[in-house]
Amino acid sequence: MTNNDQNNNPTNSGDIHITEDDVRHVAKLSRLKLSDDDLHHFTDQLGAVLAYVSKLNELDVDGVEPMAHPMDVTNVFRRDEPESLYTADQMLASAPDAHPPFYKVTKVLDDGSGA
Amino acid sequence: MIELRDMIAAKQITATEATQAYLDRIEKYDGQIHAYREVYTDRALERAAAVDRGEVTGPLAGVPIAIKDNLCTSWGHTTCSSKMLEDFQAPYTATAVQRLEDAGAVILGKTNLDEFAMGSSTENSAFVTTRNPWDTSCVPGGSSGGSAAAAGASLCAASIGSDTGGSIRQPAALCGVVGFKPTYGRISRWGLVAFASSLDQIGPFTKTVADAALLYEIMAGRDPLDSTSADVSVEPTQTETQPDQPLRIGLAKQYLNDNNTPAVADAVERALAIYRELGAEIVEVDLPHTEYGIPTYYIVATAEASSNLARYDGVHYGHRTDAPVTDMPDLYSTSRAEGFGDEVKRRIMLGTYVLSSGYYDAYYLRALKVRRLIKQDFDNAFEKCDAILCPTTTAPAFEVGAKSDDPLAMYLNDVYTVNCNLAGIAGISIPAGITDDTPRPLPIGLQLLGNAFDEARLMRIASQLENKLQAPRLTELQPA
Repeated sequence: MTNNDQNNNPTNSGDIHITEDDVRHVAKLSRLKLSDDDLHHFTDQLGAVLAYVSKLNELDVDGVEPMAHPMDVTNVFRRDEPESLYTADQMLASAPDAHPPFYKVTKVLDDGSGA
Repeated sequence: MIELRDMIAAKQITATEATQAYLDRIEKYDGQIHAYREVYTDRALERAAAVDRGEVTGPLAGVPIAIKDNLCTSWGHTTCSSKMLEDFQAPYTATAVQRLEDAGAVILGKTNLDEFAMGSSTENSAFVTTRNPWDTSCVPGGSSGGSAAAAGASLCAASIGSDTGGSIRQPAALCGVVGFKPTYGRISRWGLVAFASSLDQIGPFTKTVADAALLYEIMAGRDPLDSTSADVSVEPTQTETQPDQPLRIGLAKQYLNDNNTPAVADAVERALAIYRELGAEIVEVDLPHTEYGIPTYYIVATAEASSNLARYDGVHYGHRTDAPVTDMPDLYSTSRAEGFGDEVKRRIMLGTYVLSSGYYDAYYLRALKVRRLIKQDFDNAFEKCDAILCPTTTAPAFEVGAKSDDPLAMYLNDVYTVNCNLAGIAGISIPAGITDDTPRPLPIGLQLLGNAFDEARLMRIASQLENKLQAPRLTELQPA
């Protein structure tokens, strides 16, 4: 979907076509590891949903103000005063793996050999 | 529920007896309904005993209530019916739940839902499919299907759910109970596991409108922990009071079409006759963008979900894969693939897609503009009427498995409920009758939509209809 935006622009075409490559890319962005079977299955289902939501192209929305939220919300600031609701230990208690006061994860740096 | 509350207050029954009676019913019937994910027997009985000793008081003292398993509690698990959170124990309690406990409620347990509240049948739970208490071959609706079934089967005095696109009102209709979604921002979302933050709202399931009104009043109101909670005073609902006259009931042709089954169409006609008899004026209103609600919703809700669910990374909390991984992205991707079910994955990917470079304007931004048009439809309608009457669903409960392989067919269940969330207004579903053309009688729900922050009037209007409809209640559960 990165290389063929021009051909695949849903505003210009009623024909929605999402390919397995598109879904593979979206799965990568979504941090979801999918099997080939999954990819195949999801491509069909997402294609059907995208074809359905393209119904919005029937409407002329020029000049309509987008509505991201039902209320007129503005950013809310609070005083920048430190408070301690929960301790690090309390929060780390939910972690799948921890080495207090740290979260423990898999190795992210190589061993320096340049490999 | 209010009756039980009053009996406990008058010491005609102890809170312990009331709690034990519900625990006994859960023990006896939940093996066939599967409404509950977790039951807090010891904690509930301890709380009830504290009420009986006079240590816990309040407008809900001793009332046994069930809560949807996407509301955090500092005890037990909060799983969202997902493998991702199967072992998760929240460090804090949701404001809505805290307010119920502060009012004296006894929390019986947590109820099943579609994983992360994504679904309309509770079949998407990673653990078990909840069954409709009226006919256990049918779904209870969703996503708050466990709470709806628990209330419908009298496995609690009342229950709490959340509604992002109909997840309270639709299962309430299918299970024959009252389900109420207040205005967006009325009830703090602090401690409600986020699905779509501009749409999510907490609300009650009850047997009567008056019960729903009481739970709403207790949970509603500004909360400093949720900056989107509304700082608007909560007017007493006073359901026993007649709505202001002249009452104007709006009827939109977009909600009255051939998709409605005869039983649903009949229920609308009965309600209209009742309102006419009560002296209300029936006003035709136009909601021309109704049919664009589902496509708009599935873009907005999935976009927000893709962002909200990015937090499940297998590091901070939730499921982490045991499989060998090569690096951090692999740890994330593998943990998430194992922890999330198919519907959650579909929605995360759809949301990611509509927000991605090259597609944002065509899908997400366009949907936000249509959302504005939908909101304007309601603004115009509420200039002409006090509440809009419509079905909650086109049809009664469907059979388990009937739509589970077709995501799009499932999405269309919410055709009459999603626009209320997109516009941020209030909606209530009340029981309006039962079918006579299904193997077993199934309940039909009617919906009343009210303007933002106009809940008190909406509840009075709903209560008036409820009194006249006298919809049949589920009296006996099917034998196991």
